[in-house]
Amino acid sequence: MINTHDILETITMIDDEHLDVRTITMGISLLDCSDEDIDKACTKVYDKICRYAKDLVKTGENISKEYGIPIIHKRISVTPIAMIAAPCQGKNPVKFAQALERASQTTGVNFIGGYSALVHKGFAPGDYALIESIPEALNVTEHVCSSVNIGSTKTGINMDAVAKMGKIVRKTAELTADRDCIGAAKLVVFCNAPEDNPFMAGAFHGPGEPDCVINVGVSGPGVVRAALAKAGDCDITAVADLVKKTAFKITRMGQLVAQEASRRLCVPFGIIDLSLAPTPAIGDSVAHILEEMGLESCGAHGTTAALALLNDAVKKGGVMASSHVGGLSGAFIPVTEDAGMIDAARSGALSITKLEAMTAVCSVGLDMIVVPGDTSAEIISGIIADEAAIGMVNSKTTAVRLIPAIGKKAGEELNFGGLLGEGPVMEINRHSPARFINRGGRIPAPMQSLKN
Amino acid sequence: MRAVITVIGKDMVGILAKVSNECANAQINITEVTQSILQDLFAMIMLVDISQSTISFEELTDRMNQLGQAQNLKIHVMHEDIFNSMHRI
Repeated sequence: MINTHDILETITMIDDEHLDVRTITMGISLLDCSDEDIDKACTKVYDKICRYAKDLVKTGENISKEYGIPIIHKRISVTPIAMIAAPCQGKNPVKFAQALERASQTTGVNFIGGYSALVHKGFAPGDYALIESIPEALNVTEHVCSSVNIGSTKTGINMDAVAKMGKIVRKTAELTADRDCIGAAKLVVFCNAPEDNPFMAGAFHGPGEPDCVINVGVSGPGVVRAALAKAGDCDITAVADLVKKTAFKITRMGQLVAQEASRRLCVPFGIIDLSLAPTPAIGDSVAHILEEMGLESCGAHGTTAALALLNDAVKKGGVMASSHVGGLSGAFIPVTEDAGMIDAARSGALSITKLEAMTAVCSVGLDMIVVPGDTSAEIISGIIADEAAIGMVNSKTTAVRLIPAIGKKAGEELNFGGLLGEGPVMEINRHSPARFINRGGRIPAPMQSLKN
Repeated sequence: MRAVITVIGKDMVGILAKVSNECANAQINITEVTQSILQDLFAMIMLVDISQSTISFEELTDRMNQLGQAQNLKIHVMHEDIFNSMHRI
Protein backbone atom coordinates (compact mmCIF):
# COMPACT_ATOMS: atom_id res chain seq x y z
CA MET A 1 0.00 0.00 0.00
CA ILE A 2 1.03 3.58 -0.48
CA ASN A 3 2.86 4.90 2.54
CA THR A 4 0.50 6.47 5.09
CA HIS A 5 2.95 9.26 5.75
CA ASP A 6 3.04 10.16 2.06
CA ILE A 7 -0.73 10.27 1.84
CA LEU A 8 -1.09 12.49 4.86
CA GLU A 9 1.73 14.73 3.64
CA THR A 10 -0.04 15.31 0.32
CA ILE A 11 -3.34 16.04 2.03
CA THR A 12 -1.72 18.49 4.46
CA MET A 13 -0.03 20.24 1.53
CA ILE A 14 -3.37 20.71 -0.21
CA ASP A 15 -5.54 21.47 2.82
CA ASP A 16 -3.26 23.62 4.94
CA GLU A 17 -0.41 24.81 2.74
CA HIS A 18 -2.24 25.96 -0.39
CA LEU A 19 -0.71 23.43 -2.77
CA ASP A 20 -2.40 23.78 -6.10
CA VAL A 21 -1.96 23.71 -9.82
CA ARG A 22 -2.10 27.40 -10.57
CA THR A 23 -3.16 27.25 -14.16
CA ILE A 24 -3.89 25.06 -17.14
CA THR A 25 -3.37 27.32 -20.11
CA MET A 26 -4.36 26.27 -23.60
CA GLY A 27 -2.23 27.91 -26.27
CA ILE A 28 -4.08 28.38 -29.56
CA SER A 29 -2.50 29.54 -32.80
CA LEU A 30 -4.56 32.12 -34.66
CA LEU A 31 -2.21 32.34 -37.63
CA ASP A 32 -4.92 30.90 -39.90
CA CYS A 33 -7.48 33.48 -38.78
CA SER A 34 -6.14 36.65 -40.39
CA ASP A 35 -8.24 38.38 -43.02
CA GLU A 36 -8.28 41.78 -44.71
CA ASP A 37 -11.84 42.21 -43.48
CA ILE A 38 -11.48 42.82 -39.74
CA ASP A 39 -14.99 41.58 -38.93
CA LYS A 40 -14.38 38.32 -40.74
CA ALA A 41 -11.03 37.94 -38.95
CA CYS A 42 -12.67 38.54 -35.56
CA THR A 43 -15.33 35.93 -36.30
CA LYS A 44 -12.65 33.41 -37.25
CA VAL A 45 -10.73 34.20 -34.05
CA TYR A 46 -13.82 33.79 -31.87
CA ASP A 47 -14.90 30.59 -33.60
CA LYS A 48 -11.50 28.95 -33.44
CA ILE A 49 -10.95 29.71 -29.76
CA CYS A 50 -14.43 28.50 -28.81
CA ARG A 51 -14.02 25.35 -30.90
CA TYR A 52 -10.67 24.39 -29.37
CA ALA A 53 -11.34 25.45 -25.78
CA LYS A 54 -14.98 24.47 -25.37
CA ASP A 55 -14.15 21.65 -22.93
CA LEU A 56 -11.15 23.27 -21.25
CA VAL A 57 -12.87 24.53 -18.10
CA LYS A 58 -14.98 21.40 -17.60
CA THR A 59 -11.98 19.09 -18.12
CA GLY A 60 -9.96 21.13 -15.62
CA GLU A 61 -12.74 20.84 -13.06
CA ASN A 62 -13.08 17.09 -13.59
CA ILE A 63 -9.36 16.48 -13.18
CA SER A 64 -9.38 18.63 -10.09
CA LYS A 65 -12.15 16.55 -8.55
CA GLU A 66 -10.68 13.20 -9.49
CA TYR A 67 -7.19 13.85 -8.22
CA GLY A 68 -8.25 16.03 -5.32
CA ILE A 69 -5.96 18.85 -6.40
CA PRO A 70 -7.28 22.38 -6.72
CA ILE A 71 -6.71 23.71 -10.25
CA ILE A 72 -7.20 27.41 -9.77
CA HIS A 73 -7.26 28.83 -13.28
CA LYS A 74 -8.19 27.66 -16.72
CA ARG A 75 -6.87 30.12 -19.27
CA ILE A 76 -6.14 30.65 -22.93
CA SER A 77 -3.17 32.21 -24.68
CA VAL A 78 -3.27 33.11 -28.36
CA THR A 79 -0.91 34.19 -31.13
CA PRO A 80 0.13 37.85 -30.67
CA ILE A 81 -2.85 39.73 -32.10
CA ALA A 82 -0.56 42.24 -33.85
CA MET A 83 0.29 39.45 -36.33
CA ILE A 84 -3.36 38.64 -36.97
CA ALA A 85 -4.35 42.30 -37.20
CA ALA A 86 -1.56 43.15 -39.64
CA PRO A 87 -3.66 42.75 -42.85
CA CYS A 88 -6.45 44.98 -41.46
CA GLN A 89 -4.61 48.24 -41.97
CA GLY A 90 -6.35 51.40 -40.85
CA LYS A 91 -8.85 49.47 -38.75
CA ASN A 92 -9.05 49.66 -34.95
CA PRO A 93 -7.59 46.43 -33.50
CA VAL A 94 -9.74 46.81 -30.38
CA LYS A 95 -12.31 44.72 -32.27
CA PHE A 96 -9.96 41.76 -31.76
CA ALA A 97 -9.85 42.45 -28.01
CA GLN A 98 -13.64 42.40 -27.96
CA ALA A 99 -13.67 39.10 -29.87
CA LEU A 100 -11.23 37.66 -27.31
CA GLU A 101 -13.43 38.93 -24.48
CA ARG A 102 -16.48 37.25 -25.98
CA ALA A 103 -14.50 34.02 -26.42
CA SER A 104 -13.37 34.12 -22.79
CA GLN A 105 -16.96 34.50 -21.64
CA THR A 106 -18.21 31.68 -23.88
CA THR A 107 -15.47 29.26 -22.81
CA GLY A 108 -15.59 30.33 -19.15
CA VAL A 109 -11.85 30.99 -18.77
CA ASN A 110 -10.85 33.75 -16.38
CA PHE A 111 -8.13 35.35 -18.50
CA ILE A 112 -7.14 35.27 -22.14
CA GLY A 113 -3.66 36.48 -23.04
CA GLY A 114 -2.18 37.50 -26.35
CA TYR A 115 -3.27 41.04 -27.10
CA SER A 116 0.41 41.37 -27.78
CA ALA A 117 3.12 42.62 -30.08
CA LEU A 118 6.73 41.47 -30.46
CA VAL A 119 8.75 44.55 -31.32
CA HIS A 120 12.19 43.78 -29.86
CA LYS A 121 13.90 44.78 -33.09
CA GLY A 122 11.33 47.10 -34.63
CA PHE A 123 7.72 47.62 -35.57
CA ALA A 124 6.19 45.36 -38.26
CA PRO A 125 2.80 46.09 -39.87
CA GLY A 126 0.12 45.84 -37.22
CA ASP A 127 2.48 46.31 -34.26
CA TYR A 128 2.23 50.05 -33.87
CA ALA A 129 -1.55 50.18 -34.25
CA LEU A 130 -1.94 47.39 -31.72
CA ILE A 131 0.29 49.07 -29.14
CA GLU A 132 -1.59 52.35 -29.63
CA SER A 133 -4.87 50.53 -28.98
CA ILE A 134 -3.80 48.76 -25.76
CA PRO A 135 -5.23 51.37 -23.32
CA GLU A 136 -8.64 51.28 -24.98
CA ALA A 137 -8.59 47.48 -25.34
CA LEU A 138 -7.85 46.96 -21.64
CA ASN A 139 -10.46 49.56 -20.73
CA VAL A 140 -13.33 47.97 -22.66
CA THR A 141 -12.54 44.36 -21.78
CA GLU A 142 -12.30 42.57 -18.48
CA HIS A 143 -10.51 39.28 -19.18
CA VAL A 144 -8.07 40.22 -21.94
CA CYS A 145 -4.37 40.53 -21.06
CA SER A 146 -1.78 42.35 -23.07
CA SER A 147 1.99 42.13 -23.38
CA VAL A 148 4.68 43.72 -25.49
CA ASN A 149 8.21 42.37 -25.95
CA ILE A 150 10.58 45.31 -26.33
CA GLY A 151 13.98 43.64 -26.10
CA SER A 152 15.94 40.40 -26.15
CA THR A 153 19.49 39.18 -25.62
CA LYS A 154 19.72 38.37 -29.33
CA THR A 155 18.45 41.71 -30.62
CA GLY A 156 19.11 44.33 -27.98
CA ILE A 157 16.48 46.77 -26.76
CA ASN A 158 14.12 48.74 -28.97
CA MET A 159 14.25 52.12 -27.22
CA ASP A 160 11.51 53.57 -29.44
CA ALA A 161 9.21 50.89 -28.07
CA VAL A 162 10.47 51.55 -24.53
CA ALA A 163 9.57 55.24 -24.88
CA LYS A 164 6.19 54.32 -26.34
CA MET A 165 5.36 51.80 -23.61
CA GLY A 166 5.97 54.38 -20.84
CA LYS A 167 3.17 56.45 -22.35
CA ILE A 168 0.94 53.41 -22.94
CA VAL A 169 1.25 52.15 -19.36
CA ARG A 170 0.32 55.60 -18.06
CA LYS A 171 -2.58 56.02 -20.44
CA THR A 172 -3.93 52.54 -19.59
CA ALA A 173 -3.92 53.46 -15.90
CA GLU A 174 -5.59 56.82 -16.62
CA LEU A 175 -8.41 55.26 -18.63
CA THR A 176 -9.19 52.81 -15.81
CA ALA A 177 -8.57 55.25 -12.94
CA ASP A 178 -12.15 54.75 -11.73
CA ARG A 179 -11.43 51.02 -11.23
CA ASP A 180 -8.18 51.34 -9.24
CA CYS A 181 -6.22 51.63 -12.52
CA ILE A 182 -6.75 47.91 -13.11
CA GLY A 183 -5.98 48.17 -16.83
CA ALA A 184 -2.28 48.53 -16.08
CA ALA A 185 -2.37 45.32 -14.00
CA LYS A 186 -3.21 43.43 -17.21
CA LEU A 187 -0.30 44.84 -19.23
CA VAL A 188 3.24 43.45 -19.15
CA VAL A 189 6.32 44.83 -20.90
CA PHE A 190 8.85 42.06 -21.54
CA CYS A 191 12.46 41.51 -22.42
CA ASN A 192 13.14 37.94 -23.62
CA ALA A 193 9.45 36.99 -23.43
CA PRO A 194 8.96 33.19 -23.46
CA GLU A 195 6.62 31.86 -26.14
CA ASP A 196 5.07 29.19 -23.94
CA ASN A 197 4.42 31.01 -20.69
CA PRO A 198 1.14 29.85 -19.08
CA PHE A 199 1.00 32.67 -16.51
CA MET A 200 -0.93 35.90 -16.93
CA ALA A 201 -0.78 38.70 -17.72
CA GLY A 202 2.19 37.87 -19.94
CA ALA A 203 0.96 34.70 -21.63
CA PHE A 204 0.84 34.54 -25.41
CA HIS A 205 1.16 31.69 -27.91
CA GLY A 206 4.42 32.23 -29.75
CA PRO A 207 4.69 31.93 -33.53
CA GLY A 208 6.99 28.90 -33.12
CA GLU A 209 4.39 26.94 -31.17
CA PRO A 210 2.12 24.21 -32.58
CA ASP A 211 -1.53 24.78 -33.50
CA CYS A 212 -2.75 24.00 -30.01
CA VAL A 213 -0.93 23.05 -26.83
CA ILE A 214 -1.48 22.59 -23.09
CA ASN A 215 0.93 24.36 -20.74
CA VAL A 216 0.66 24.04 -16.98
CA GLY A 217 1.90 26.36 -14.27
CA VAL A 218 2.42 24.88 -10.82
CA SER A 219 2.59 26.74 -7.57
CA GLY A 220 3.16 26.09 -3.90
CA PRO A 221 5.05 28.76 -1.93
CA GLY A 222 3.10 27.70 1.17
CA VAL A 223 4.39 24.14 0.91
CA VAL A 224 8.00 25.28 0.64
CA ARG A 225 7.62 27.61 3.60
CA ALA A 226 6.02 24.88 5.72
CA ALA A 227 8.82 22.43 4.85
CA LEU A 228 11.43 24.98 5.91
CA ALA A 229 9.55 25.74 9.12
CA LYS A 230 9.54 22.04 10.02
CA ALA A 231 13.28 21.75 9.31
CA GLY A 232 14.21 24.36 11.91
CA ASP A 233 17.77 25.70 12.17
CA CYS A 234 19.55 23.68 9.49
CA ASP A 235 22.37 25.14 7.40
CA ILE A 236 21.90 26.71 3.98
CA THR A 237 22.90 23.55 2.07
CA ALA A 238 20.12 21.72 3.84
CA VAL A 239 17.71 24.56 3.05
CA ALA A 240 18.53 24.30 -0.67
CA ASP A 241 18.12 20.54 -0.54
CA LEU A 242 14.75 20.80 1.13
CA VAL A 243 13.48 23.32 -1.42
CA LYS A 244 14.62 21.00 -4.21
CA LYS A 245 12.80 18.00 -2.77
CA THR A 246 9.63 19.99 -2.23
CA ALA A 247 9.77 21.48 -5.73
CA PHE A 248 10.15 17.97 -7.10
CA LYS A 249 6.93 16.82 -5.46
CA ILE A 250 5.01 19.93 -6.51
CA THR A 251 6.17 19.57 -10.10
CA ARG A 252 5.36 15.87 -10.31
CA MET A 253 1.82 16.76 -9.41
CA GLY A 254 1.79 19.41 -12.15
CA GLN A 255 3.18 16.94 -14.65
CA LEU A 256 0.45 14.43 -13.83
CA VAL A 257 -2.27 17.06 -14.26
CA ALA A 258 -0.71 18.30 -17.51
CA GLN A 259 -0.53 14.81 -18.99
CA GLU A 260 -4.08 14.05 -17.97
CA ALA A 261 -5.40 17.35 -19.36
CA SER A 262 -3.49 16.78 -22.58
CA ARG A 263 -4.91 13.26 -22.93
CA ARG A 264 -8.50 14.23 -22.20
CA LEU A 265 -8.50 17.28 -24.45
CA CYS A 266 -6.56 15.49 -27.22
CA VAL A 267 -4.10 18.37 -27.33
CA PRO A 268 -0.32 17.91 -27.11
CA PHE A 269 1.38 18.65 -23.82
CA GLY A 270 3.75 21.62 -24.10
CA ILE A 271 5.60 22.50 -20.94
CA ILE A 272 5.42 22.72 -17.18
CA ASP A 273 6.28 26.13 -15.82
CA LEU A 274 8.16 25.52 -12.57
CA SER A 275 7.10 28.53 -10.66
CA LEU A 276 6.43 29.54 -7.12
CA ALA A 277 3.47 31.83 -7.74
CA PRO A 278 2.13 33.54 -4.64
CA THR A 279 -1.42 34.71 -3.95
CA PRO A 280 -2.56 37.32 -1.45
CA ALA A 281 -3.90 34.50 0.79
CA ILE A 282 -2.13 34.10 4.11
CA GLY A 283 0.34 31.22 3.89
CA ASP A 284 0.84 31.46 0.14
CA SER A 285 3.67 33.96 0.01
CA VAL A 286 7.14 33.87 -1.53
CA ALA A 287 8.24 36.66 0.83
CA HIS A 288 7.39 34.42 3.78
CA ILE A 289 9.72 31.72 2.44
CA LEU A 290 12.57 34.25 2.44
CA GLU A 291 11.61 35.28 5.96
CA GLU A 292 11.47 31.62 7.02
CA MET A 293 15.08 31.33 5.82
CA GLY A 294 15.96 33.89 8.45
CA LEU A 295 15.31 37.42 7.21
CA GLU A 296 13.45 39.73 9.56
CA SER A 297 11.51 41.08 6.61
CA CYS A 298 11.58 40.59 2.87
CA GLY A 299 13.66 43.48 1.53
CA ALA A 300 16.33 43.24 4.24
CA HIS A 301 19.95 42.93 3.12
CA GLY A 302 20.36 39.26 2.26
CA THR A 303 17.04 39.10 0.38
CA THR A 304 18.68 38.86 -3.05
CA ALA A 305 20.91 35.98 -1.92
CA ALA A 306 18.01 34.14 -0.33
CA LEU A 307 15.91 34.59 -3.47
CA ALA A 308 18.76 33.42 -5.71
CA LEU A 309 19.04 30.23 -3.66
CA LEU A 310 15.29 29.69 -3.73
CA ASN A 311 14.98 30.29 -7.46
CA ASP A 312 17.81 27.93 -8.31
CA ALA A 313 16.65 25.16 -5.99
CA VAL A 314 13.10 25.30 -7.37
CA LYS A 315 14.46 24.74 -10.88
CA LYS A 316 16.82 21.95 -9.84
CA GLY A 317 14.03 20.09 -8.07
CA GLY A 318 11.48 20.69 -10.79
CA VAL A 319 13.56 19.83 -13.82
CA MET A 320 13.81 16.15 -12.99
CA ALA A 321 10.11 15.93 -12.21
CA SER A 322 8.96 17.08 -15.60
CA SER A 323 9.56 15.91 -19.15
CA HIS A 324 9.44 19.42 -20.64
CA VAL A 325 10.12 22.57 -18.70
CA GLY A 326 9.54 26.06 -20.06
CA GLY A 327 7.71 29.31 -19.53
CA LEU A 328 9.07 31.57 -16.83
CA SER A 329 10.08 28.85 -14.35
CA GLY A 330 11.28 30.45 -11.14
CA ALA A 331 10.01 32.33 -8.12
CA PHE A 332 7.62 35.21 -8.78
CA ILE A 333 7.75 38.40 -6.76
CA PRO A 334 4.55 40.29 -7.60
CA VAL A 335 4.22 42.83 -4.80
CA THR A 336 0.45 43.25 -4.58
CA GLU A 337 -0.20 39.52 -5.01
CA ASP A 338 1.95 38.40 -2.09
CA ALA A 339 0.86 38.97 1.53
CA GLY A 340 4.49 39.10 2.75
CA MET A 341 5.56 41.55 0.05
CA ILE A 342 2.58 43.80 0.78
CA ASP A 343 3.54 43.95 4.46
CA ALA A 344 7.20 44.58 3.63
CA ALA A 345 6.26 47.38 1.22
CA ARG A 346 3.89 48.94 3.76
CA SER A 347 6.48 48.89 6.50
CA GLY A 348 9.11 50.40 4.23
CA ALA A 349 11.38 47.33 4.40
CA LEU A 350 10.99 46.72 0.68
CA SER A 351 11.82 49.41 -1.87
CA ILE A 352 11.71 49.49 -5.67
CA THR A 353 15.52 49.56 -5.82
CA LYS A 354 15.69 46.35 -3.78
CA LEU A 355 13.02 44.79 -5.97
CA GLU A 356 15.07 45.68 -9.04
CA ALA A 357 18.07 43.87 -7.58
CA MET A 358 15.87 40.88 -6.78
CA THR A 359 14.69 40.68 -10.38
CA ALA A 360 18.24 39.88 -11.48
CA VAL A 361 18.00 36.50 -9.73
CA CYS A 362 14.36 35.48 -10.01
CA SER A 363 11.97 34.79 -12.86
CA VAL A 364 10.22 37.80 -14.38
CA GLY A 365 10.77 41.24 -12.93
CA LEU A 366 9.18 44.31 -11.41
CA ASP A 367 5.73 42.83 -11.07
CA MET A 368 2.53 44.41 -9.75
CA ILE A 369 4.18 47.46 -8.26
CA VAL A 370 2.02 50.48 -7.57
CA VAL A 371 3.79 53.79 -8.27
CA PRO A 372 2.62 57.36 -7.60
CA GLY A 373 -0.04 58.75 -9.94
CA ASP A 374 2.13 61.64 -11.05
CA THR A 375 4.97 59.36 -12.29
CA SER A 376 5.85 60.64 -15.75
CA ALA A 377 5.82 58.43 -18.84
CA GLU A 378 9.60 58.96 -19.19
CA ILE A 379 10.27 57.65 -15.69
CA ILE A 380 8.13 54.57 -16.42
CA SER A 381 10.13 54.11 -19.64
CA GLY A 382 13.34 54.47 -17.62
CA ILE A 383 12.19 51.69 -15.26
CA ILE A 384 11.29 49.52 -18.27
CA ALA A 385 14.71 50.16 -19.87
CA ASP A 386 16.57 49.24 -16.65
CA GLU A 387 14.62 46.04 -16.26
CA ALA A 388 15.04 45.12 -19.93
CA ALA A 389 18.80 45.70 -19.62
CA ILE A 390 18.98 43.27 -16.70
CA GLY A 391 17.15 40.68 -18.79
CA MET A 392 19.17 41.30 -21.92
CA VAL A 393 22.57 41.07 -20.27
CA ASN A 394 21.70 38.07 -18.09
CA SER A 395 19.96 36.15 -20.90
CA LYS A 396 16.81 35.86 -18.81
CA THR A 397 13.22 37.00 -18.98
CA THR A 398 12.46 40.26 -17.26
CA ALA A 399 9.19 42.13 -17.24
CA VAL A 400 7.62 45.28 -15.93
CA ARG A 401 4.05 45.48 -14.72
CA LEU A 402 3.68 48.85 -13.02
CA ILE A 403 0.41 50.40 -11.97
CA PRO A 404 0.53 54.20 -11.83
CA ALA A 405 -2.08 55.01 -9.15
CA ILE A 406 -3.72 57.97 -10.81
CA GLY A 407 -4.52 60.68 -8.27
CA LYS A 408 -2.66 58.97 -5.44
CA LYS A 409 0.63 59.58 -3.64
CA ALA A 410 3.17 57.35 -1.91
CA GLY A 411 1.65 55.73 1.19
CA GLU A 412 -1.90 55.54 -0.20
CA GLU A 413 -3.19 52.18 -1.46
CA LEU A 414 -4.84 50.51 -4.41
CA ASN A 415 -7.09 47.48 -4.04
CA PHE A 416 -7.79 45.34 -7.10
CA GLY A 417 -9.47 42.54 -5.18
CA GLY A 418 -9.10 38.83 -5.87
CA LEU A 419 -5.83 37.40 -7.06
CA LEU A 420 -4.40 40.73 -8.18
CA GLY A 421 -4.44 41.78 -4.55
CA GLU A 422 -3.75 45.18 -3.06
CA GLY A 423 -0.77 47.26 -2.14
CA PRO A 424 0.70 50.59 -1.14
CA VAL A 425 1.94 53.18 -3.61
CA MET A 426 5.75 52.89 -3.56
CA GLU A 427 8.00 55.92 -3.95
CA ILE A 428 10.27 56.13 -6.98
CA ASN A 429 13.39 58.09 -7.92
CA ARG A 430 12.12 61.39 -9.33
CA HIS A 431 15.20 62.42 -11.31
CA SER A 432 14.31 62.60 -14.98
CA PRO A 433 15.63 60.15 -17.61
CA ALA A 434 13.66 62.07 -20.29
CA ARG A 435 16.57 63.03 -22.55
CA PHE A 436 17.97 59.48 -22.55
CA ILE A 437 14.56 57.97 -23.30
CA ASN A 438 13.65 60.47 -26.01
CA ARG A 439 16.80 59.73 -28.00
CA GLY A 440 15.09 56.64 -29.46
CA GLY A 441 16.96 54.03 -31.49
CA ARG A 442 18.14 50.64 -30.31
CA ILE A 443 20.54 49.44 -27.63
CA PRO A 444 22.77 47.02 -29.55
CA ALA A 445 22.68 43.35 -28.60
CA PRO A 446 25.33 42.52 -25.99
CA MET A 447 28.36 40.28 -26.53
CA GLN A 448 26.42 37.46 -24.83
CA SER A 449 24.29 37.20 -27.99
CA LEU A 450 27.24 36.30 -30.21
CA LYS A 451 27.39 32.61 -29.42
CA ASN A 452 27.56 31.17 -32.93
CA MET B 1 -8.24 1.85 -11.15
CA ARG B 2 -7.76 2.55 -7.50
CA ALA B 3 -8.55 5.51 -5.29
CA VAL B 4 -7.49 6.54 -1.81
CA ILE B 5 -10.16 7.65 0.63
CA THR B 6 -8.95 9.43 3.75
CA VAL B 7 -11.17 10.30 6.66
CA ILE B 8 -10.06 12.60 9.43
CA GLY B 9 -12.19 13.91 12.28
CA LYS B 10 -13.47 13.46 15.79
CA ASP B 11 -13.94 9.81 16.70
CA MET B 12 -17.51 8.55 17.01
CA VAL B 13 -19.59 5.44 16.50
CA GLY B 14 -20.10 4.29 12.94
CA ILE B 15 -17.60 6.29 10.87
CA LEU B 16 -16.15 3.22 9.20
CA ALA B 17 -19.63 1.80 8.64
CA LYS B 18 -20.91 4.94 6.96
CA VAL B 19 -17.95 5.31 4.63
CA SER B 20 -17.88 1.64 3.70
CA ASN B 21 -21.63 1.68 3.20
CA GLU B 22 -21.24 4.43 0.59
CA CYS B 23 -18.58 2.31 -1.11
CA ALA B 24 -20.75 -0.82 -1.08
CA ASN B 25 -23.69 1.10 -2.57
CA ALA B 26 -21.55 1.97 -5.56
CA GLN B 27 -19.96 -1.48 -5.98
CA ILE B 28 -16.61 -0.16 -4.80
CA ASN B 29 -14.39 -2.81 -3.27
CA ILE B 30 -12.30 -1.89 -0.25
CA THR B 31 -8.90 -3.53 -0.63
CA GLU B 32 -6.99 -2.12 2.33
CA VAL B 33 -7.76 -0.12 5.43
CA THR B 34 -5.50 1.41 8.02
CA GLN B 35 -6.86 3.46 10.84
CA SER B 36 -5.58 5.02 13.98
CA ILE B 37 -7.14 6.91 16.83
CA LEU B 38 -4.94 9.47 18.53
CA GLN B 39 -6.70 10.64 21.69
CA ASP B 40 -10.09 11.47 20.17
CA LEU B 41 -8.92 12.12 16.61
CA PHE B 42 -9.90 9.50 14.09
CA ALA B 43 -7.76 9.00 10.99
CA MET B 44 -8.49 6.35 8.40
CA ILE B 45 -6.98 5.61 5.03
CA MET B 46 -8.77 3.26 2.65
CA LEU B 47 -7.49 1.93 -0.62
CA VAL B 48 -10.44 1.08 -2.84
CA ASP B 49 -10.86 -0.53 -6.23
CA ILE B 50 -13.20 1.57 -8.35
CA SER B 51 -12.99 -0.39 -11.58
CA GLN B 52 -16.46 -1.93 -11.01
CA SER B 53 -17.93 1.27 -9.62
CA THR B 54 -21.46 2.09 -10.73
CA ILE B 55 -20.91 5.83 -10.33
CA SER B 56 -18.38 8.24 -11.78
CA PHE B 57 -15.38 9.44 -9.83
CA GLU B 58 -16.88 12.92 -9.59
CA GLU B 59 -20.12 11.49 -8.18
CA LEU B 60 -18.16 9.50 -5.59
CA THR B 61 -16.27 12.64 -4.57
CA ASP B 62 -19.55 14.54 -4.22
CA ARG B 63 -21.16 11.79 -2.11
CA MET B 64 -18.17 11.56 0.20
CA ASN B 65 -18.07 15.35 0.54
CA GLN B 66 -21.73 15.34 1.53
CA LEU B 67 -21.14 12.57 4.04
CA GLY B 68 -18.15 14.47 5.42
CA GLN B 69 -20.15 17.63 5.85
CA ALA B 70 -23.06 15.83 7.50
CA GLN B 71 -20.78 14.03 9.96
CA ASN B 72 -18.33 16.88 10.48
CA LEU B 73 -15.44 14.83 9.06
CA LYS B 74 -12.85 15.70 6.47
CA ILE B 75 -13.13 13.12 3.71
CA HIS B 76 -10.86 13.18 0.69
CA VAL B 77 -11.20 10.94 -2.34
CA MET B 78 -8.16 11.02 -4.57
CA HIS B 79 -6.89 8.97 -7.47
CA GLU B 80 -3.95 6.81 -6.35
CA ASP B 81 -1.79 8.14 -9.20
CA ILE B 82 -1.35 11.43 -7.41
CA PHE B 83 0.49 9.74 -4.54
CA ASN B 84 2.52 7.49 -6.81
CA SER B 85 3.68 10.41 -8.90
CA MET B 86 4.46 12.72 -6.00
CA HIS B 87 6.29 10.27 -3.80
CA ARG B 88 7.92 7.76 -6.15
CA ILE B 89 10.50 8.28 -8.83
